[in-house]
Amino acid sequence: MTTKSISLTVNGKTVDQEVEPRTHLADFLRHGIGLTGTHIGCEHGVCGACTVLVDGQAVRSCLMLAVQADGAEVTTVEGLAGNADDLSPIQAAFREFHGLQCGYCTPGFLTSLTQLLMENPDIGEEDLRKELSGNLCRCTGYAGIVRAALAAAQAYKEAAATGMGGSR
Amino acid sequence: MKAAAFDYHRPANRAEALDMVGSLDNAKFLAGGQSLVAMLNMRYAIVDHLIDLNHVTDLAGIEMTGDRLRLGAMTRQRAVKDDAALAARAPIFAAALDYVGHFQTRNRGTVGGSLGHMDPSAELMALATLMDAEVEVQSKAQTRSLSIADYPMAYMTPAIEMDEMITGVTFALPGEGHGWGFHEHAQRHGDFAICGVAALMELAGGTISRTAITVFGIGMAPQRARAAEDMLASQTPGDDLYRAAADALDDLDYTTDAMASAAYRRRLAGVLTRRALADAARRAGGDRR
Repeated sequence: MTTKSISLTVNGKTVDQEVEPRTHLADFLRHGIGLTGTHIGCEHGVCGACTVLVDGQAVRSCLMLAVQADGAEVTTVEGLAGNADDLSPIQAAFREFHGLQCGYCTPGFLTSLTQLLMENPDIGEEDLRKELSGNLCRCTGYAGIVRAALAAAQAYKEAAATGMGGSR
Repeated sequence: MKAAAFDYHRPANRAEALDMVGSLDNAKFLAGGQSLVAMLNMRYAIVDHLIDLNHVTDLAGIEMTGDRLRLGAMTRQRAVKDDAALAARAPIFAAALDYVGHFQTRNRGTVGGSLGHMDPSAELMALATLMDAEVEVQSKAQTRSLSIADYPMAYMTPAIEMDEMITGVTFALPGEGHGWGFHEHAQRHGDFAICGVAALMELAGGTISRTAITVFGIGMAPQRARAAEDMLASQTPGDDLYRAAADALDDLDYTTDAMASAAYRRRLAGVLTRRALADAARRAGGDRR
């Protein structure tokens, strides 16, 4: 099968590569450019572990072909905070409120919550739990995740109010 | 699992897309990919050519004129759910879209992709059936319109030809001030519904002037509950009436599968119909919550 050359931005850096059309974005990120922070769980869109941001929107990277990300701006869990040593507000809240145990599902929760909280920092617990139903965690029972998300919402609200919306 | 190898094509417009699907063997259109790519990964679907419609920009759009709503095939499910004008005119769309997958899949999933995939529990198919939709399809040779009643051909198979492309769908919206109800039962939020019911109701002088009821997730395609609809005509809304409507659902086809028996689906259809009608009557009566 004919390979395709793609050019995209991943966590602010330009990436040019040849890809097989059947390679999905998650495999491309992990094996093509070595960003193993994105995890693959079910590989058919159910578990949410592989969620990344494509042009700011949370998407299942197992349900998008790498070739479809040509020209897109992709943010993975590695790119949520500005620097490697920093944590974004949702990442910091996960640490503070014990939003993870084994950590396998965590990248998907963090990327999903980044879109959710940036778009709707006023979200309440009921809606938050409903929106998080697209991400499965088998360790925490979700209590720590929900506490972390509600705490981080406050930070996103303050960022929006002070015009600091540029930071994830 | 990983998809079997295929060639990838990215048409820039409809003409190119229709040329490709008319000339390539074992080709499939890729819309949002939220079902198809999963099926490719699991090798339920194996194609030689994938034709990506994501760059055919004139396939997306929401147009509302009077009592007609047209959704372009490549309109994202999220765009439908978030459309403020549509939410004001026909809130059942946003309510139903809330059950379509999860927000992450709605970011990419499309209206036409859902209609083409034709999952038995698809909410968009249920709305199309509820609102007597017309599905537009186009091939190199012709453009035609299919009534939703004639659209399902077999399990997950619409009555469209291999060289045809779904370009849009037009819904007949209920009148201003109509009431609506939408309920479904699934094992988890966002999971495939075992049974769902969508209902519309219009009142005139306290009696029911028009009603539509669609039951979905119970068989190959959503089904209109015609007997119940007829029974409700010109009646005064009330719990006894909804119970009677729920009893008038025996003529629908209910399937048994690994998730639920036909008898359980029949029971759910009754319960959810009562709830949907009660909601629809309340909203038609002016309580819009």
